[in-house]
Amino acid sequence: MAESDCKKYLTLSGLEPLVVTPESNFINVGERTNVTGSRKFLRLIKEEKYDEALDVARDQVEGGAQILDVNMDEGMLDGVHAMTTFLNLIASEPDISRIPLMIDSSKWEIIEAGLQVAQGKCVVNSISLKEGEAEFKRQAKLVKRYGAAVIVMAFDETGQADNYNRRIEICKRSYDILVNEVNFPPQDIIFDPNIFPVATGMDEHRRNAIDFFEATKWIRENLPYANVSGGVSNVSFSFRGNNIVREAMHSSFLYHAIKNGMNLGIVNPTMLEIYDEIDKELLELVEDVLFDRRDDATERLLDFAEELKAKGSTSTSKDAAVQEWRNDPLQDRITHALVKGIDAFIIEDVQEARLASKKPIDVIEGHLMIGMNVVGDLFGSGKMFLPQVVKSARVMKKAVAYLQPFIEEAKKAPKSPKGSFYWKTADPFLYGLMKEHAKTMRNKPTEAEALLWDVLSNKKLDNHKFRRQHIVGSYIADFICLKKGLIVEIDGLIHQLPENKASDEERTKWLNEQGYRVVRFTNDEVLSNLDDVLERLKEALEVSPLGTEGARYAGKILMATVKGDVHDIGKNIVSVVLGCNNYEIVDLGVMVPPEKIIETAIKEKVDIIGLSGLITPSLDEMVYVSKEMEKQNIEIPLIIGGATTSRAHSAVKIAPHYSNTVVHINDASRAVTVVGNLLQKDSEVYKNQIREEYNLFREQFMKRGKKKEYLTIEDARKNKFKIDWNTSEIIKPQQLGVQVIEDFDITKLEDFIDWTPFFRSWDLHGKYPAILTDAIVGEQAKELFTDAQVLLKRIFDEKLLKANAIFGLFEANTINDDDIEIRDEVGNTIDTFLTLRQQSKKAKGKPNLALADFIAPKATGKQDYMGCFCVSTGFGTQELAAQFEKDNDDYNAIMIKALADRLAEAFAEYLHKEVRTKHWNYAQNENLTNEELIKENYKGIRPAPGYPACPDHLEKTTIWKLLNVKKAIGVELTDSLAMWPAASVSGYYFANPEAKYFGLGKIKEDQIKNYAKRRDISEEEAIKWLSPNLAD
Amino acid sequence: MTKRNSKVEIELLKRILILDGAMGTMLQQYNFSEKDFRGERFKDYPSPLKGNNDLLSITQPKAIAEVHAKYFEAGADIVETNTFSGTTIAMADYDMEDLVYELNFESAKIAKQVAEKFTKANPEKPRFVAGSIGPTNKTASLSPDVNRPEYRAITFNELRIAYKQQVEALIDGGVDILLVETIFDTLNAKAALFAIEEVKEERNIDIPIMVSGTITDASGRTLSGQTVEAFLTSISHIPLLSVGFNCALGAEQLKPYLQRLSNETEFFTSAHPNAGLPNAFGEYDESPKQMQGFIEDYLKDGLINIIGGCCGTSPEHIKAIAEVAQKYEPRLIQEFA
Repeated sequence: MAESDCKKYLTLSGLEPLVVTPESNFINVGERTNVTGSRKFLRLIKEEKYDEALDVARDQVEGGAQILDVNMDEGMLDGVHAMTTFLNLIASEPDISRIPLMIDSSKWEIIEAGLQVAQGKCVVNSISLKEGEAEFKRQAKLVKRYGAAVIVMAFDETGQADNYNRRIEICKRSYDILVNEVNFPPQDIIFDPNIFPVATGMDEHRRNAIDFFEATKWIRENLPYANVSGGVSNVSFSFRGNNIVREAMHSSFLYHAIKNGMNLGIVNPTMLEIYDEIDKELLELVEDVLFDRRDDATERLLDFAEELKAKGSTSTSKDAAVQEWRNDPLQDRITHALVKGIDAFIIEDVQEARLASKKPIDVIEGHLMIGMNVVGDLFGSGKMFLPQVVKSARVMKKAVAYLQPFIEEAKKAPKSPKGSFYWKTADPFLYGLMKEHAKTMRNKPTEAEALLWDVLSNKKLDNHKFRRQHIVGSYIADFICLKKGLIVEIDGLIHQLPENKASDEERTKWLNEQGYRVVRFTNDEVLSNLDDVLERLKEALEVSPLGTEGARYAGKILMATVKGDVHDIGKNIVSVVLGCNNYEIVDLGVMVPPEKIIETAIKEKVDIIGLSGLITPSLDEMVYVSKEMEKQNIEIPLIIGGATTSRAHSAVKIAPHYSNTVVHINDASRAVTVVGNLLQKDSEVYKNQIREEYNLFREQFMKRGKKKEYLTIEDARKNKFKIDWNTSEIIKPQQLGVQVIEDFDITKLEDFIDWTPFFRSWDLHGKYPAILTDAIVGEQAKELFTDAQVLLKRIFDEKLLKANAIFGLFEANTINDDDIEIRDEVGNTIDTFLTLRQQSKKAKGKPNLALADFIAPKATGKQDYMGCFCVSTGFGTQELAAQFEKDNDDYNAIMIKALADRLAEAFAEYLHKEVRTKHWNYAQNENLTNEELIKENYKGIRPAPGYPACPDHLEKTTIWKLLNVKKAIGVELTDSLAMWPAASVSGYYFANPEAKYFGLGKIKEDQIKNYAKRRDISEEEAIKWLSPNLAD
Repeated sequence: MTKRNSKVEIELLKRILILDGAMGTMLQQYNFSEKDFRGERFKDYPSPLKGNNDLLSITQPKAIAEVHAKYFEAGADIVETNTFSGTTIAMADYDMEDLVYELNFESAKIAKQVAEKFTKANPEKPRFVAGSIGPTNKTASLSPDVNRPEYRAITFNELRIAYKQQVEALIDGGVDILLVETIFDTLNAKAALFAIEEVKEERNIDIPIMVSGTITDASGRTLSGQTVEAFLTSISHIPLLSVGFNCALGAEQLKPYLQRLSNETEFFTSAHPNAGLPNAFGEYDESPKQMQGFIEDYLKDGLINIIGGCCGTSPEHIKAIAEVAQKYEPRLIQEFA
């Protein structure tokens, strides 16, 4: 039988595989989640404190356990229930369930219960011949069918094996039955040949260790592929309470057991001394006992143990390893601080780096960039997540802020090449002499110099100011543009004092160090081909000056939230991430008009323009910016991002207007790749690829658009959602009219926060609270959440944010199908809400919805009601963010905005509840949890203008007028009708139990025309506001 | 250990076998209405039945046979029965738990009849029927309720019993292979394999088993969180005909995982990827030509023994795949004792 041995290893799995190969050395089984071995764990399970019980498991995994043993054998416990529950809980903790489980019980039904809830390949601990062959075979067959490996105890019908011969006899018999009769894979068999205590004082225990070692060796040599395991702590049973001796015994026993072939075992890693570090005297005493080397071995070890006890040193300390990384070399410390986002020591470390470097800028370009490159690589390969990167950036910024004054200082006073004097541009020591020399030279220009000066003087070359025969240090430059740091040499020489001649190389090096670049032309070139010389000069002037910011960066990127929009969390995150990847960011902030974007892009010579926006009108604004850029022949790639943006919109609406590249980026992590691709040397390939991709996408999109069928607005109205107004219960609000809540106590909002979108804003995707234990982002999510809690507490304690709200409840009726008339208490119409109706053709029986359908039509004669509101928790956000930014803390600057947004949503949720249960009081008996609120399980709805049911932002102006929002609570509307402060929410209240959220979808021109008339605006303006919803 | 004596195993040693493509995509083209789904027999059934594709094996058997025939014509060696949701657990959505045996039995019979017709016409190329065993709509190792992580909507035993019923009906209907597929929770699959072993033992029969997992996204893991290797380890205790991946990803994205699987397993390998990733509108638009290109990369690297398509694939896709597969040798499997 041709047999390949390579796969015949014990292979187990949790979420990840564990292959036990000869190279694995020793597989450590975590033992603390065992009620028979840990009183603490037993108590936690009995008291059903499962969270803490899971912490015990987690500690084991983090402490290096490779398999987790779980045992629930305790008389007072329902073992099946406890095993099932605990393993189910473990399955929800990816940081624990990544390792395989060992299901440990002496009761078969508990083992089977465990096997039925574990998806991975487990180990059953244990089966044996104790109950006879039939039962042994039955259990083994089931273990195999459940897909588990098995521990076989050296135990048979007559009892436990307690000497060498019995051990090998039982193991051999078990092996033969398993392999030959049950067809059990031999590599899935693990023998436990029983570890018994030594040094008990009884003679029959003296060979316990030796017999175990020898039986282990025999099994490994005679039972192919089988493994050996054991519970090590048994061996030191008689030294309980004396940890120094116990640790030494465990360590020594393990050392020898492994040498003999034991490849798995239950060892408490915290109860294990390193073999080489065991006190030599103690080791000898221990091994005398283990190997039964002396008759008085036990006495001698006991004496030693007594001595220790007398000295009072029976416990060891392993707590000193805190912040070990502080002892690493400087670069490692800086890298560690950047990767882990620890700013506690960064100034200290950077100072050390500065003192060790020639120039302060070297610390940025060296130490810090090395660290940031590690961060970039980790992020790029998905091993770091966004919040960590932002924290890294915070550390980086702190370091740079510390270095900045030193860099400035160094610029002002570069050292002379001789090392001892300081001066502005010229060396003061030589200045007098050089001045004379320069003067002479200026008066005696060569022919070429005269010709060139003729075209360079008086800012004739693109307005760049040049000087001639200018002294730099101990050199005299022919021509120099100080602003650009460009020196022009004619005929290969910078004139210098004859006695100070330095080599070309040395000179250029020194000039470069001072931030100057040198271009050289020969006399001939100037005289015979001046045009070419000027072209080359222009090119040289285009390049950013050396030693200034520009040269350090991989590219320059303009970032702006477009006009009319105030949302910048995503944009700021992208800026930080790009900043971390060595791009220079020109951040124009929010509400940036197109002219300013274009003007800045030209002036700053940026390489890429990034546009961001959250509200739907921003989509159009982006189209507008792209058209303007095209008009002005700008050739800078455009990247588009933000919540409402999409690849579809970018491909269909923006790309066709702009000849250069347009790329949509859906999350910050993609930004680095896209920008890298756009700025790589040969980016044409990438750019063409993007263009083709978008062209194709557009074609498909257009084709698709035609498939949809629409109704005329008249037909859509005929198919409206019909509520039976004769039976529908209408409840009159307790208080009609407008109410203002000023300076609301925001601590009340904590319970109303929906955290899931908060994580999303940091590019961590998953539902709260499950995200906290997610296999991939869980750890990061937890950290982010903790940081958020800290800031939230500050917001609460120090009252950092102010919250205001306003709402009104009014008499209302639908008129003309789609409009809702709002009346005051005496019945005068005060305003009208205009709603939009779905027009896409629906399946039979499905209505074409408009919000107006949820309010009783005037014609029914029924008095109905509706409300509207605005809440904001954003007062103070901008100032706080600015303060954080000033402190180089982008992390918290972004955090405060993200939290303010969450609080605003929570406030809207809170207020809605108050309205439902008090002010309107149509749902007085409602009792919903926060989760149910998030799932919108309540009666009635609160749709917001600008969102799917009502994409018309102009409705906000009606709300503002009706409630006098701006004057009453200070929330303003921008040109694009975004709310300012950004952390604000506004909307309507509908109370009818049949009211539901829906998406308007696309509408047709006929409704736009009709709407324009109702709104009393031009069709063009109506299209401008509703274009994202206009069907093509 | 693994016996290689079934007909399909003999074929597999000779060549790459072609599995069919999507059933659902093909059925959509018939535009069946609620009435069509009900047929005469269920016209007064109390719950809505539209969308219950498995039911069409009873109410529109011609259509099902037609789809099978199209795939065989396109070059498929194996077609899957129309039984992806044929368990009491999945059928609970339509209150049709009692129909499970019949659904599976009839589906198997239809597929088998078509297969036999094709085999008869060309005995050189025997055609096979794989009984499709879907993942059900419940997960045994994940809680549907974030606030109760210890809760499970389904237990191993419930799954085992439901799968057993499906397996028995499929075997009675005449399938040649059992295909446990679209596995997003390995524990569900283990229950299915457990049930199959029980049936095998009770009836004293052997039947080849294909197992096909689903890597849900670029994390390279199953929905229940396992890596490729952990998944493989968890299902390799049963002698399988093949192990592979299907659904969720397109052929291009699936390749690295298939590569890892192929390196690690002694079983034959299979793949039936989707026609690319869904576009912004949830449609699969990878053309047969494109998919053929990606599959050819598998073939060049010798990764595969059984290849077909999942969501969004059509007979054109299968034809393109079959054409290119012809040109290559099947993956060599490592024989272990």
